Amino acid sequence: MMLSVTPQHFLILSFLLVGIGFLGLLIRRNVLLMLMSLELMLNGINVALLTFSRVGGNLDGGIFVFFIMTVAAAEVAVGLALLVALYKKRNSVLSDDMGLLKN
Amino acid sequence: MVFSRHPVSAAMFMIVSLVGVAALFVLLESFFLAILQVLVYAGAVMVLFLFIIMLLDVGPEAGKRKLSHFKTGIFGILATFLLVGILLILGNSYDSLALDQSIWPELSESKDGGASQGLPFSTKVSSFGYGLMTKYMLPIQVSGFMLLAAMVGVIILSKKTPSREDVK
Repeated sequence: MMLSVTPQHFLILSFLLVGIGFLGLLIRRNVLLMLMSLELMLNGINVALLTFSRVGGNLDGGIFVFFIMTVAAAEVAVGLALLVALYKKRNSVLSDDMGLLKN
Repeated sequence: MVFSRHPVSAAMFMIVSLVGVAALFVLLESFFLAILQVLVYAGAVMVLFLFIIMLLDVGPEAGKRKLSHFKTGIFGILATFLLVGILLILGNSYDSLALDQSIWPELSESKDGGASQGLPFSTKVSSFGYGLMTKYMLPIQVSGFMLLAAMVGVIILSKKTPSREDVK
């Protein structure tokens, strides 16, 4: 039995990661878990970028992964701070309880 | 992880998947990004998540019902069988776990072409630094400014604001 890892496997995994993240974004009502799903989607994109970078023999994709990591870390920090501020006001982290303009 | 109702277990599964992605980065021979993935994601980001989860004391989402112990046991047994199967398959074809050179291009460690043919893929950290400091000079400065803005924003957000209640 001979198995070998091809770029297709990496791309399928990347697609699955983005899909799972999107599914989590849809079905979870906790904003913390929705942020985690966003992280998962960004990770899937990172896998795809790095795969293409490795196949093409070009480092640009790797450097983009670096920048995406930076953006994701900043996004998580700001998102969690917003969430804590919102929790102080509304005393909940569920996205159902955040309809500010709803009567 | 998206199916676990409790945030702490979701975070634990998230750490597992992030470390798995880091292992894939190692397989793609970009070791620097793998280290960065473990440090930034599995280290800093998930610690931040867990800290906030425990700070806010978030319980599990209100749902229909929890899985009974019986179903949990069945799923555990299935997962164990799956793991054993994967390990057996990997053990049978261990040498092919490395990237096949006929499909994946071989890394050329020639030191000549920096600017002539773009940035060649390399396992070295120094090539990352070279690329960041030459071709991506503006993006790295923008991202540095973005980090500064995020830091200032977080400090302002998490500061106590007595203004709202006083005004009302």
